[in-house]
Amino acid sequence: MTTTMAIKVTVNGETRVADVEPRTLLVHWLREDLALTGTHIGCDTSQCGACVVHVDGRAVKSCTMFAAQADGCAVTTIEGLGAADALHAVQDGFWEEHGLQCGFCTPGMIMTAAELLARNPDPSEAEIRHALEGNLCRCTGYHNIVRAIQHAAKGATA
Amino acid sequence: MTTTTKMIGQAIKRREDPKLITGQGQFLDDVKLTGMLHAVVVRSPYAHATIKGIDASKALALPGVVAVFTGEDMSDINPLPCAWAAGKVDNNLNTPRALAVGKAMHVGDGVALVVAEDRYIARDAADLVEVDYEPLAVVVDAKKATEPGAPQLHENAPSNIVMDWECGDREKTDAAIAAAEVTVREQIVNQRLIPTPMETRGSVARYEPATGEFTVWMTSQAPHVMRLLLAAFVFGIPETSVRCISPNIGGGFGQKIFVYADMAFTMWAARKLGRPVKFVEDRAENYQSSTHGRDHITDVEIAGTRDGRITGLRIDTLANLGGYLSTIAPGIPTTLYGRITTGVYKIPAAHCRVRGVYTNTAMVDAYRGAGRPEASYLIERMVDRFAAEIGMDPAEVRRRNFIPPEDFPYSNGMGLLPYDSGNYGPALDRALQIVGYDALRAEQAEARKQGRYLGIGLSSYVEICGVAPSAWIGLPGEGWGAGLWESANVRVHLTGKVVVTTGSLPHGQGLETTFAQIVADELGVPYDDVVVEWGDTSGTPFGFGTYGSRSLAVGGTAIVKTVAKVREKAKLLAAHMLEARVEDIVWEDGKAFVKGSPDQVKTLGDIALQAAVAYSLPEGMEPSLDETTYYDPPNCTFPFGTHVAVVDIDADTGAVSLRRYVAVDDVGTVINPLIVDGQLHGGIAQGVAQALTEGAIYDDDGQLVTGSLLEYAVPKASLFPQFETDRTVTRSPVNPLGVKGAGEAGTIASAQAVMNAVIDALQPFGVKHLQMPATSERVWNAMHGGTRGARS
Amino acid sequence: MITTEFSYQKAGSVDEALRLLAAAPDSALLAGGHSLIPSMKLRVTAASALVDISGVAALKGVSRAGDTFRIGASTTHRDVAESADLRSGSPLLAEVAGVIGDPAVRNRGTIGGSLAHADPAADYPAAIIALGAQIEVAGTSGSRTIAADDFFTGTFETAVAAGEMITAVTVPAATGVAYEKFVHPASGYAVVGVAAVVTVAGGTISSLRVGVTGAGPQALRLTGLESALAGKTADDATLRSACSGLVAAGDLVGDHQASAAYRASLVDTLARRAIARAAARG
Repeated sequence: MTTTMAIKVTVNGETRVADVEPRTLLVHWLREDLALTGTHIGCDTSQCGACVVHVDGRAVKSCTMFAAQADGCAVTTIEGLGAADALHAVQDGFWEEHGLQCGFCTPGMIMTAAELLARNPDPSEAEIRHALEGNLCRCTGYHNIVRAIQHAAKGATA
Repeated sequence: MTTTTKMIGQAIKRREDPKLITGQGQFLDDVKLTGMLHAVVVRSPYAHATIKGIDASKALALPGVVAVFTGEDMSDINPLPCAWAAGKVDNNLNTPRALAVGKAMHVGDGVALVVAEDRYIARDAADLVEVDYEPLAVVVDAKKATEPGAPQLHENAPSNIVMDWECGDREKTDAAIAAAEVTVREQIVNQRLIPTPMETRGSVARYEPATGEFTVWMTSQAPHVMRLLLAAFVFGIPETSVRCISPNIGGGFGQKIFVYADMAFTMWAARKLGRPVKFVEDRAENYQSSTHGRDHITDVEIAGTRDGRITGLRIDTLANLGGYLSTIAPGIPTTLYGRITTGVYKIPAAHCRVRGVYTNTAMVDAYRGAGRPEASYLIERMVDRFAAEIGMDPAEVRRRNFIPPEDFPYSNGMGLLPYDSGNYGPALDRALQIVGYDALRAEQAEARKQGRYLGIGLSSYVEICGVAPSAWIGLPGEGWGAGLWESANVRVHLTGKVVVTTGSLPHGQGLETTFAQIVADELGVPYDDVVVEWGDTSGTPFGFGTYGSRSLAVGGTAIVKTVAKVREKAKLLAAHMLEARVEDIVWEDGKAFVKGSPDQVKTLGDIALQAAVAYSLPEGMEPSLDETTYYDPPNCTFPFGTHVAVVDIDADTGAVSLRRYVAVDDVGTVINPLIVDGQLHGGIAQGVAQALTEGAIYDDDGQLVTGSLLEYAVPKASLFPQFETDRTVTRSPVNPLGVKGAGEAGTIASAQAVMNAVIDALQPFGVKHLQMPATSERVWNAMHGGTRGARS
Repeated sequence: MITTEFSYQKAGSVDEALRLLAAAPDSALLAGGHSLIPSMKLRVTAASALVDISGVAALKGVSRAGDTFRIGASTTHRDVAESADLRSGSPLLAEVAGVIGDPAVRNRGTIGGSLAHADPAADYPAAIIALGAQIEVAGTSGSRTIAADDFFTGTFETAVAAGEMITAVTVPAATGVAYEKFVHPASGYAVVGVAAVVTVAGGTISSLRVGVTGAGPQALRLTGLESALAGKTADDATLRSACSGLVAAGDLVGDHQASAAYRASLVDTLARRAIARAAARG
C-alpha cells in the first residue's frame, strides 16, 4: 500500500541507493537504514539541533528534511567528519576544552560549528554564540563549547 | 606507602569523549534488536477525565499493527511504587500504573499502547484508537487544589493533600518572630520547570520465554534500583529475572532517576508478544508525561534586628507534586528542602511546614538540585529582602549571619545531619573581590542618575551532597525506602590492568575519567591501565546510582576503600613472593619491594598473575586480586560558596542581560578541575535559566502551554557571558578524599544570584520582590507599575 | 514525530509545479520545508501530495536590474543574507534574513516559503511591508503581482489564491533601513519586529515606511506614524514623542510570553529604534 521512491545520496563519500517512503525523514533514514546513529533526535520542532548534518556542505536539521529531498545530494554526518584517529579540528577542540558532557547534543553541535568555521574561520565570541542559536546543550552552559570552537579556530588559522 | 599524587588534581581531558565526538556513543534509541517492535502511546488530551471506553478496531486493522493494549490488559502487574514517602507523617500515596485505568489524571497520561512493526505505522495507528472520555473538573494550581470545592483527584487524599510535614521548632520560631524588631513577609513562588535532558527517555525490553528473563535497556540514572522496583514491586518476580542496562545517557538532571510506565509496559508487551519492544518518547511526550521539577508556593517570614542579625525564619510551603506521585517525590520538598532552609546562616529559631499537593499536572520529582535550589532561593531572597528593609548592604548582612568556621560540625536545628565543614567568609570575600563589588556599586549609583539600571546580586549557598547515611535517610527517619550506600569492585587482571566496576551511573559527569584518576593514584598504576565499567546490572555490583551529587563522595569513596583492600592483599602476597615480612614491604608506583632492597621488585602484574595462578599463596589467602566494598557514608557533605551576578536592564523593554557571572565554590578536594568547572558551568546555566527564561505553564484546563521547545525557553548560547569561576578548598572530613560534590552546586546557587541582581536593579522603582522567571514583560511591568503585585 | 503519508514529486519548472499542484487534492508546495515539515510532523497539516520546487532553477537567486532587486522565491534565507547585491543596494532583506531562526534554518528555509506560510511572527513580513515589495505570483491562468500592503490577509493567510505559487519578490534600492527584533527566547520568532525604511533629505524625513510583525494577528504597516513623521527630523525627542501609543493593545495578540499591552509597548520602542537607526543610514 505504501509507495516508495528511489533515491541516490552520497553519504560520507559513499554512494547509497535506497527505496524510501516519501515521508521518511532524513534523520530516520540515516539512523535506521544506514545505521549512522551519531546523528541524534532531541525535539520535534526543529529547535534543538541534535540532528544537524551537512547537505552539500551546508548545516541542515535532518529532522526537518525528507530523505527524498536529499536525492542527488552529498550528505556528511558526524561519522564522516573525522575519525577517532583523525579528528576534525572542531572535534579535537571539543575534546581539548571539555566541550561536552553527556555527548548527546555534541554531534549536531560539532556539525554546526564546523560549518561556521568553514564560512568564518575566525569568529568572535558573539558570532559563535549567534551561530549556536539552533543548537541546545543542557550540560555545559555553552561555556566550554564556545572555547572549543575558539580552540578549533585558533588551530585552523595558526 | 602510596606514591606521590600524580593524577588527582589534574585537568586531564576526558576518556569518555573520543567516541562521543565521533558519533560512536550508544544511546537508547541506538539499540536495535532482531524482531524488535515499536510502541507508541495513546495519551489523554484531557487533564482529568473518566475513560469510558477504548475502541482499537480501526488501529488493529492497519497493516503492520501487532497489538493494542489498555491499562486493563495490564492489570496483572502492580502500579509503580513510590519509594520515598515523607518521613514520620502519613502519606496519601497514589502512583501511576503502566497505563491509566479508569481515569486520566493529567494531559499526556498514557491510555493505550499501540505496538507495530515500525514506528511510522505505530504512530499512524495511534491516531486510529478511539477513546471515549468524559472530562472532569480540573485543578492545576497547588493553592487552589487545597481550597474547598476543588476537584478531588484521589479518594484517599482529602483536599488533595499528599502529606503535611514539618521540621524545626514552631513555638520558638513563633515567639522569635513575635518579638522581633524587624519582620519581612513575602510569598515566593518557585516555578515549575521541565528538566529537558537533550535525550528524551525510553525503554527497550526483551523477554526470553525459555528462561523467563527480561533484559531492559533504559535511559536510567539508576539501573540497579530500576531492577529492584520493576522486579519486586511491579512484576512480583525475582530480581534475578531482570537485567537492566543503561547505555550512554543523554543527560538526566534527575528526570532519569525514576521508574516510569514505559519500563513496565515495554516489559509487559515484550513478554506478551514474544518479541522485543522499543519505546522512545518524542519531546512533546517528555514534556507532558516525564517528571517536572520545583513548583512551590511559599509564605515566608524572616525576622531580625536593626543591626542585621537574623533571629527567626518561618516557612509554609505548598509543593505541587502532580497527578500521581513519582518515585521519590515526597522526599524532595521535605528532607532535601525543609531541612536546609536556614542555608549558611546561624538562625536561632526556624520552622518549616510543607504540604504536598495533587493537581492535574505531570508528576513533580527531583530536578537538578532537588529541593535545595528551592531552599537556597528562598533564604537568599529573604536575606536580601531583610537587608533592604534595614538598609544594610546585602554582603554585610550575609557576613554577620554566617555560621562561623569554629561552629563546624554544625547542627542547624532542622533535623539535618551536622554540616561537615565550612568557612563561608573567604568565598564571599573572594567573589566580591573578583567582581569588583565596590566599583560596581559606584557604577550603579552613577548609572541610576542617567536612567540606566544595573543590578548586583549575591548568593551564598550551602547544599547537601553525598547522600546519604542509610541509617539517617532510611524509612524510620526520613522515609527513604532503602539504603543509600554505594558499591565498587576492583579486580586486577593478570596483565596488571585494573578493572573498576561501580554502581554509580555516569551520564555526563566524567566519572570514568575521575574514577580512573583516583585509582591510578591510590594504587600507583598508570592511569591508562585503569578501566572503569558501569551501567549493566549483570556486570556491576548493586548500587543506588548517580544523583544528589553523590557519585564521588559515596561511589568514589567505595572505590578508594576497595583499592586499599587490593593494595593490602597485594602487599601480603608480595611479601610471600619476596620471602619478606609484610611490615618490610614498600608499595610505590604500583610495585612492591623490600625496604632497603628496591631491586627486589614485584609489579602489580606479577602479583596479580601469582594471585590468579595461585599455586603458591600464603596460608589461608584466597586466589585472585578482586575486592568489593559496600560503603555507607557516615554523613552527607555540604559544599558551599558565593556567586555574584551582574545584570543590565533595558529600561524601554525590561529585557535583562547578564553582564557577568562570578562563582566561587568550595566543593572540597578537586580531582579534575576541568570536569568540576564543567559541572559548575552547566549547573549555573540551569539556575540562570530558571531566573530568566524557563517556566512550565498549564492553563486552567490543564493543557501544557509550554509543551514544546517552541514555547519552553531552554536557554541558548547567547543568554550567557563567559562564567568567571574560582574556588576555595575546605576538605570534607566525611570521606578520605575530602570531596564534597559538584553536580548540583551551580544550580543551587545561581537562580537567586540573578534574581537578587534583577531586583537590586529595580530598587529605584520600589520593587522588593519579583517572581521567576524575570521575563522582559514581568520586569517592564514592575518598572511601569503594570503589576502592583510585584511591589509590596 | 512523523508526518502522515503523501506522494512526492519534483517539479522541473514553474509550469510543471503548477500542473502537479493542480493534479492532486490537498497538494502543497515544498521548497525548504521549514514551515511545512514541522507542521506536518505535528500533524497540524496533512498534505496528500508534495510538489518539490527546490530544483526549479528559475526560482533561485538574487538579481539586480537598475534600482530593483528580484529575489527568486526559493532563495534560501542564507543566500538572501549573503547576497552582495542586496547588502550594497538594499540591505534590509539581507539583514532580516540573517536573524531568522538559526544557521541550519537559514540554510534551508526560503523567502517564498516563509511569505506563503504567513506566520504572524515571521521576520520577513515587516521588511516586505516597509520596503513596499512586490510579490510575483504565477498561476495556471497567468502571472500577477501583489503589493506587500495587500499580501497578508490574516493569520497564516495571504492573497495568493489556491493553485497559485509565489515566484519572486522584488524590492527597491533602499539604504536607510533597519530591523529591530525582540526575539522570542524559545522559538526564535519575533515577539515583535519592526522594520523601517527612511529617506532623509535636507535633515528631515522625506519618506518613511514602517512594517511590524509579531504584534498582531498579521503583519501591519504604521501609516499613521509614517505621516506624522513626514518632514520631521529624526532626533530622539521627536521620535520618542511620535512613537508613543502607536497601536492599541486591543488590536494585538497576547500569550504567555508577552501580553498585548506589552507588545504594544514593544512596537513603540522598536519603531523608535528602527527609525533612528535607519535614518542614521539614510
